Amino acid sequence: MSKLHDMFKQLPLLFKITRSRSILRRYFVVNGFDGALTMLGIIMGFYISDWENLVVIMNACFGAAVALGMSGLTSAYISESAEQKKQLSEIEQAMVKDLENSAYGQAARLFPFVTAAVNSLSPMVISLIIISPIWAATLALELPFDALEMALLLAFAILFILGMFLGRISGTYWLWSGIRTLLIAIITAGLIYLLVS
Amino acid sequence: MVSIRRIILDVLKPHYPDCLAFTSAIAEKSPGTRVELTVDEIDEKTESVVIVIEGENLDYDVIAEVISNMGGSVHSIDKVEVTSKAN
Repeated sequence: MSKLHDMFKQLPLLFKITRSRSILRRYFVVNGFDGALTMLGIIMGFYISDWENLVVIMNACFGAAVALGMSGLTSAYISESAEQKKQLSEIEQAMVKDLENSAYGQAARLFPFVTAAVNSLSPMVISLIIISPIWAATLALELPFDALEMALLLAFAILFILGMFLGRISGTYWLWSGIRTLLIAIITAGLIYLLVS
Repeated sequence: MVSIRRIILDVLKPHYPDCLAFTSAIAEKSPGTRVELTVDEIDEKTESVVIVIEGENLDYDVIAEVISNMGGSVHSIDKVEVTSKAN
């Protein structure tokens, strides 16, 4: 327990050593974008098909969200633990020293988990937010619009926000960056409409 | 009582944490000290630095542990200033 406590106390130092803030940010945006577009695609498919069974739609979306989360968790953990081990061994060779018990060793052990958590939670949470109106409708809660239309609007809004976030990181105009990702979402929805209908 | 007032260390460290974080971590673990770091040589993955630490009563073990925790290793103790109080 105290080892875990020490590790969390060292977290700012571990971030500095691994320079992983930007990696985590990238994983968050890339997989969040994946999650939002996947949900947009599934919901759009059901919307065009005039499918009215909301429980089936919600289960399909929920299944996809869990699969995205698991995919993000395992792929990030495997790739990041290999990358961290490689970096640790390179530094150990340069320093001619075993760094297993140093902050470098801690970072190599901890960061695959942190990256996997971000990579997994980002698409899952975004997907769950998008399908929340459908879930609310299955519970017979009153919604101001059609549940599928609200879910689609939420997907567009989240993609716009992710674009804004990217704009802030890159230092470009946030509105233009948001509009760009919104355009990608609109083109995706248009393609699905053309191909499915 | 004998106390270490000043110590100069030749240290090999990885590029990260950078010099600011490195010296700050030493100062944080040894309150009331003044830490000065000079980069001597930079290689592809490491850098040799000279660290001057000044304080009223320095604990070398604590300093060495902080350096080691950040991936550095003390190559040599180049200079030490020790004082003792007369009985």
